[in-house]
Amino acid sequence: MIAQSFQYESPRTIKEAIELLQKYGDDAKILSGGHSLIPMMKLRFASPEYIIDINRIPGLSYIKEEGGMLKIGALTREAEIEHSDLLKKHFPIFGDVTKLIADPQVRNMGTIGGNLAHGDAANDHPAVMLALNATVIAAGPDGERAIPIDEFFFGFYQTALQPDEILTEIQIPVSQHGTGSAYHKLERKVGDYATAGVAVHLTLDKNNTCTSIGIGLTNVNPTPLRAARSEQALFGKELTEEAIAEAAKYASEDCSPSSDLRGSEEYKRAMVAVLVKRMIHKAAERAKA
Amino acid sequence: MIQCKTSKAISGMGHSMKRKEDARFLQGKGHYVDDIKLPGMLYMDIVRSPYAYAKIKSINSEEAMKVPGVVAVVTGRDLEKYNLHWMPTLMSDTQMVLPTDTVMYQAQEVCAVIATSRYAARDGREAVRVEYEPMKPVIDPYKAMDANAPVLRSDKEGKKDNHIWNWKVGNKEKTDKVFDTAEVVVKQHMHIPRIHVASIETCGCVADYDKVNNHLTMYMTTQAPHAIRTVIALVAGHVGLTEEKVRVVSPDIGGGFGGKVPVYPGYVIAIAVSFLVGKPVKWIEDRSENLQADSFARDYHITVEMAGTKAGKIQATRFKVLADHGYTDASANPSKFNTGLFSIATGSYDYDTSYMEADAVYTNKPPGGVAYRCSFRVTEAVHAIERITDRFAFEIGKDPAQLRMDNFIKKEDFPWKSPTGWIYDSGDYHAGLKKAMEAIGYDELRKEQAEKRKKGELMGIGISTFTEIVGAGPSKDFDILGIKMFDSAEIRVHPTGKAIARFGTKSQGQGHETTYAQIIAEELGIPAENIQIEEGDTDTAPYGLGTYASRSTPTAGAAASIAARKLRDKARKIAAYLLEVSEDDLEWEPGKFSVKGAPEKSKTIQEIVFAAYTNHPQGMEAGFEATHYYDPPNLTFPSGAYICVVDIDKETGAINVRRFVAIDDCGHIINPMIVQGQVHGGLTQGIAPAMYEELIYDEDGNILNGTFMDYLVPTAVESPHWETGHVVTPSPHHPIGAKGVGESPTVGSPPAIVNAIVDALSPYGITHMDIPVTPYKVWKALKDKGAI
Amino acid sequence: MATYTLKINGSTKKVDVDPATPVLWVLREHLNMQGTKYGCGVAMCGACTIHLNGTAVRSCQLPVSAIGNSEITTIEGLSKNGDHPVQKAWLEHDVAQCGYCQTGQIMTAAALLKTNPNPTDVQIEAAMSGNICRCGTYLRIKDAIKSAAKQK
Repeated sequence: MIAQSFQYESPRTIKEAIELLQKYGDDAKILSGGHSLIPMMKLRFASPEYIIDINRIPGLSYIKEEGGMLKIGALTREAEIEHSDLLKKHFPIFGDVTKLIADPQVRNMGTIGGNLAHGDAANDHPAVMLALNATVIAAGPDGERAIPIDEFFFGFYQTALQPDEILTEIQIPVSQHGTGSAYHKLERKVGDYATAGVAVHLTLDKNNTCTSIGIGLTNVNPTPLRAARSEQALFGKELTEEAIAEAAKYASEDCSPSSDLRGSEEYKRAMVAVLVKRMIHKAAERAKA
Repeated sequence: MIQCKTSKAISGMGHSMKRKEDARFLQGKGHYVDDIKLPGMLYMDIVRSPYAYAKIKSINSEEAMKVPGVVAVVTGRDLEKYNLHWMPTLMSDTQMVLPTDTVMYQAQEVCAVIATSRYAARDGREAVRVEYEPMKPVIDPYKAMDANAPVLRSDKEGKKDNHIWNWKVGNKEKTDKVFDTAEVVVKQHMHIPRIHVASIETCGCVADYDKVNNHLTMYMTTQAPHAIRTVIALVAGHVGLTEEKVRVVSPDIGGGFGGKVPVYPGYVIAIAVSFLVGKPVKWIEDRSENLQADSFARDYHITVEMAGTKAGKIQATRFKVLADHGYTDASANPSKFNTGLFSIATGSYDYDTSYMEADAVYTNKPPGGVAYRCSFRVTEAVHAIERITDRFAFEIGKDPAQLRMDNFIKKEDFPWKSPTGWIYDSGDYHAGLKKAMEAIGYDELRKEQAEKRKKGELMGIGISTFTEIVGAGPSKDFDILGIKMFDSAEIRVHPTGKAIARFGTKSQGQGHETTYAQIIAEELGIPAENIQIEEGDTDTAPYGLGTYASRSTPTAGAAASIAARKLRDKARKIAAYLLEVSEDDLEWEPGKFSVKGAPEKSKTIQEIVFAAYTNHPQGMEAGFEATHYYDPPNLTFPSGAYICVVDIDKETGAINVRRFVAIDDCGHIINPMIVQGQVHGGLTQGIAPAMYEELIYDEDGNILNGTFMDYLVPTAVESPHWETGHVVTPSPHHPIGAKGVGESPTVGSPPAIVNAIVDALSPYGITHMDIPVTPYKVWKALKDKGAI
Repeated sequence: MATYTLKINGSTKKVDVDPATPVLWVLREHLNMQGTKYGCGVAMCGACTIHLNGTAVRSCQLPVSAIGNSEITTIEGLSKNGDHPVQKAWLEHDVAQCGYCQTGQIMTAAALLKTNPNPTDVQIEAAMSGNICRCGTYLRIKDAIKSAAKQK
């Protein structure tokens, strides 16, 4: 349980950090909360020669509303997200998800940026971001660029971030009236990665018609997955039990879970259907409240 | 219910005295083995096999030796020169210390790296290059029993199969006859899976060999320091480490649960290296090594049958066991009992016919199995009998509580001889179950369940009414490596009336420093606060077999009581001398002798002790000390009645333990607060295997859950709100009527939980679930039955 | 190797260690502060919990190089004489058994009560969910936290 030795760098600006990334290339890893990286290093699954600790870069930790966008700084700790009044008001889904991430000590250190940049389909924020149609802001040598969440997750542990880019902010469109969101995952014990997890974000009009819908799935696919067919089954339709059942069925068909210690593929597909149904109901309740 | 004979100032038995050991634990001053640092100390790390079965073609340590700080790489070939490459197990099998040719399980020790720091040792470990020739391992114990299975222990001359031993007990002919003619026979196959004690402190040691004085001090996480000293002398006596040259010190232990009874290869390597280099060597496992390589527990495949009448009279039971021991039988059982005390499996029920048979087999898995919070295979036995009893009740359509009430051994029938020959000492099973049913509101719950079932909701109620067998044990049957399983106490009372007492046992959280003091306080009237308890140093403590199998109170606790009574007898003589009366004229009350009919004429124990050093009668030996080695006349038989209520989410299979009531009979209680804490902990270690824990291997012998990421130890969230209570039937043969309690809840609770889950699922024809019962398994069972 | 100046329990300590060294080992091996324990090394057990600027974190996951100016509090610095309300409640409720995980449990509980002086049962469970006690003392832990909250 001892990591290989590394050289430690602690840039004070994003520019400095990017320069270091350019200098060290693949031999470097960014350290934010450390709760994904350090265990991998200790088990010697990863042995970077350089650690670039971005925690000293000021101005990367915030939650704010600006120009119709909710903006969350990449270094914002999970614990801050868990207890943010602004998020509780607009996006109760963050309350759902953060309290299911690992445990309180991890949430005191772990950051939302790290959770996303790790590119792990078992992490919980990716599904939420898919449901919320978030945009990821990355800073690189040529300045900032905005990456739509649907273009962010590539393969296994891979994201659209280039080796010399740093994830700096997450932007989420602030929702209009009649919107609700919810997240839940099944876990074998508290703090576990999801057996299956589902994030739902929807808007209902007066006629109970679904005018916006986002559904993201956790740990039932090699990459974080948007349940696109499920969304289509609900978008512009009245939120009936039949429509919900159809959406649940599509999600369970379209994901691609693998059998493992958490259960068989069949079980996970069934759980996706159950959770899609339950989270749609919960989000709808919140939308109506 | 609990009556105290002593005042709170004395705090003898029955007082919830606050634990004496807590001050250091709460301030970070506990002293565990990894807290020991010695000058010049070296650190050891171990290279482990990635394969479950492979020939070692070469070990190349060249790169490792270049790592700064690395001083040596030790292989099996190096140990072979001193004949230290193999060691005996407690069950007279043999185990590699380091391999010379073949590795037999994944994570087996391959070679050791010695360095000047922990970090250098780990870097060195990464740099060792080992060339393996992998072979196809045998993982399934049933396949290992096949006639054409490869012979794993080819190191044993003439070994032609993987069979280790066969064991049987009971009357086969009579049992078969009852089964042949019985009205009802139920049969169930079950696997009690391989699990791990997973104490939060891993195993480790500091071996400190002093070349000049030819003396070894071994600081070590061991539950049985004295036995370890003897083992070291037996294994290393030929190189000069005879028993008087060895001191074993067991400091505070961060959880033992049976996992710190065995001698692991790491200990022996550390001793060998310290012996060779003349410097202290520290070896501390990391978490994965602990989970993957240390002795497992359980892993019994059991087929159990019960025969009875349609009216619900149990007539006979039959058990067939296949025990998977990994590549060597490294069980920590008493020598004569290769299935431990599994023969307690006849249960709490009054019938006279049973037959049990077991076979043990080698596989390419880690060796074991230890008695994890269990008096040697009692957990497996209780699970089998309590599950099959429920199956029987279900089969004949009788309420499982009523069926148990109808079949219990009656309290007036104790002592009672079991079909396998045990003499149950005492108990009142009817009172226990009645109390548990009242506490949980059994009849109301059954009504609620009926309502819920109409709505298709899944709720279950499960019972376990178990009998344990602990306190090993009487010398006529019980020994470990030939040493009888007595235990010991030595009490020294100082001139000022304060005392120190030393024991052959070793606490790992049971609170011995408090409870032993209370026993002595009870007998002598010296305040428990003034009695210092010491264990774990073989140079100072009397010889004993250690703490496991709930034996400390039944054996060492009894020894404390009897040693104290010897002192009380001496005190009576001194008091008679001081008061100038005859001994018969004296009356004892806790803390003083007074003259019958003249209570103003008295001597306190403190005055008497002072006199023992300053004014003792001529002809009497001075001082105030006593030692006793207690050889128990029988085992003790704690029992319990546990009831569990579960609610199950039909769609996901998620299980919620809504309530759990545990009524225990551990005889007389020394410290109610400590006992309740032990019960809480034991129950938590019962829900663990029932719902969460299992060591899982794939067909190549790779462990699939060798970290806390996947080996699911329950937390505060998973732990239900345990409700506890007691009935008390004192053990008639134990000096203070105590029976032992540490393990009852671990042993008794899993079947209550599983019985509740199966009860919830029973409307769909589900009659059994193997542990751990996970949401996935529940969902799968419901799916297979077409319920969802 | 590099030299770090760390603020621990209100005083300043200098250590000369590899930048990769987790704070847990800096405390235990280099500063002889052994109240903080190793349990798993991969953030799955909580035995190594300390406070970093007042919040509970896992010292096995913190490279010493990342500490900077942050204030570290360990069990040795929680109270002078073992009389922090949490420690007192722990004694009163006879929480500890083997004792090994308890310093981590106490540090987590103390951090909880700092931010939430009157936690509900559910909040207590959630806050303690990252600390394993293999002796299974959870019921007493929950009770002790409740009574420590009342004392405050």
